[in-house]
Amino acid sequence: MRTVDLAVAPLRELNAALHSLKPETNERRWRVLNPRGAHAVAAGIDAAVRIEIEGHVGYYCAGMNKFATVVINGNAGPGVAENMMSGKVHVTGDVSQAAGASGCGGLLQVDGNAAARCGISMKGIDIVVKGSVGHMSAFMAQAGNLVVLGDAGEALGDSIYEARLYVRGSPKSLGADCIEKPLRDEHRRDLRRLLDAAMLGGEVDVAEFKRYGSARALYHFHIDNLGSY
Amino acid sequence: MCGIVGLFLKDKALEPQLGGLVAGMLATMCDRGPDSAGFAVYGDSQPDRVKLTLRGPSPAALQALVPKLAMTAGTPVAPVMRDTHLTILVPTACETAVRDEIAASAPEVTVVGAGRRMEIFKEVGRPDTVASRFDLARMSGTHAIGHTRMATESAVTTNGAHPFTTGPDQCLVHNGSLSNHNAVRRTLVREGLSFETDNDSEVAAGYLTWRMREGLSLGDALQASLRDLDGFYTFVVGTESGFGVLRDPIACKPAVMAETERWVAFGTEYRALVDLPGVAAAKMWEPEPAKVYFWERG
Repeated sequence: MRTVDLAVAPLRELNAALHSLKPETNERRWRVLNPRGAHAVAAGIDAAVRIEIEGHVGYYCAGMNKFATVVINGNAGPGVAENMMSGKVHVTGDVSQAAGASGCGGLLQVDGNAAARCGISMKGIDIVVKGSVGHMSAFMAQAGNLVVLGDAGEALGDSIYEARLYVRGSPKSLGADCIEKPLRDEHRRDLRRLLDAAMLGGEVDVAEFKRYGSARALYHFHIDNLGSY
Repeated sequence: MCGIVGLFLKDKALEPQLGGLVAGMLATMCDRGPDSAGFAVYGDSQPDRVKLTLRGPSPAALQALVPKLAMTAGTPVAPVMRDTHLTILVPTACETAVRDEIAASAPEVTVVGAGRRMEIFKEVGRPDTVASRFDLARMSGTHAIGHTRMATESAVTTNGAHPFTTGPDQCLVHNGSLSNHNAVRRTLVREGLSFETDNDSEVAAGYLTWRMREGLSLGDALQASLRDLDGFYTFVVGTESGFGVLRDPIACKPAVMAETERWVAFGTEYRALVDLPGVAAAKMWEPEPAKVYFWERG
């Protein structure tokens, strides 16, 4: 395992070393100490390695991630795992706004709460939040799954396209064109798969969730919907 | 951008370190606001005395004023020079006379803050440089708020730097931008307030001053601002006994709070808090949008 202490090593050196990893690299385990809220820690990785970060990180941690597993033992600032393509990002604490923004794939797991705009414009990423999510979560979400074990803030799924939203608690309100939909077997299977992937195994009953998605009324311009655009 | 920091001490033993801790927090926020910086420190008070912070074009101009002000006050005024700023302590009954004397004999000097305990310092320049010019690191007190500015709405000037005072022992710092500040400013001017800059944050400060003059408490004035101020903002207000925090309902502007047995701290980013004693074990959270928070000394 390679350990990088950001109290002494420059962040750019860490990220440059991570960016230069070849797919066949033997340096598969990394540990990062003293991130002290730094921005863009372990962003832009394109290799199947595992990185454990000990402490709180700032903006855009593990952004654009491809193949890597990034574990943050702490809280993360705005835009954690934004634009993730694949792999897994696991935050043991809370995350700030826009977690998983525009993510195309992979899994973002948050053990604490997520703030506003979690999963904004998500495009295929799966997000599992053990706590609650803030207002405007899944705003303009296009594809992927957002699973929330707690509650959701105001205007959940505003202007949503085809993403699936599962909430165990209750949303404060639903955004424009977001409606509750029936939870069918295929959705229960999906939920089980996502909860298993987030290591929540048997402790959560999928029947407790409600599903939300798009009413598909705002896809095309219609004069009657003018007030909702 | 812009950066805000705030520190409120519960543990008296930390009070001599207040300035040092806040200077460190402010320095971390340099890259969020390299244009200018300012801070308000709440230190000692004396019965029947008001503390005035004066800003002048040069230390000499301020120094020259001291004997005249002592004469007006009828007592020594305990002057403390810090770069372009001077703090004095005058009998509360003489405050108006002292202000009149300043206006008459040194119109280039402005009173930037007044109160029993508050001192305000702000200047153009990198925040860490500004903090060391005023020797923030050696100030003591119970709480302080600070600001690093990246100007978006108006010019980079000392007057445009934060904090803005909103009344005795009260000041405001702001991260964000208001979109209806011109309209609000026109309304406030009609109500008799005057403004020195085109700055949107000065309008927010003026708005709170006006609301409190109309009889609202600071908390209610902040609540009312949610309806009347349009734009993005995180406000932190300093008061004699503590500080308050308000984020707009959209809450785009980042904010993090932390609390231990010994202190409560605010930072635009967690980076600002990393060197506070015991931060690893602190309770940490993001303030809710559109919710007024206050921490006050009991």
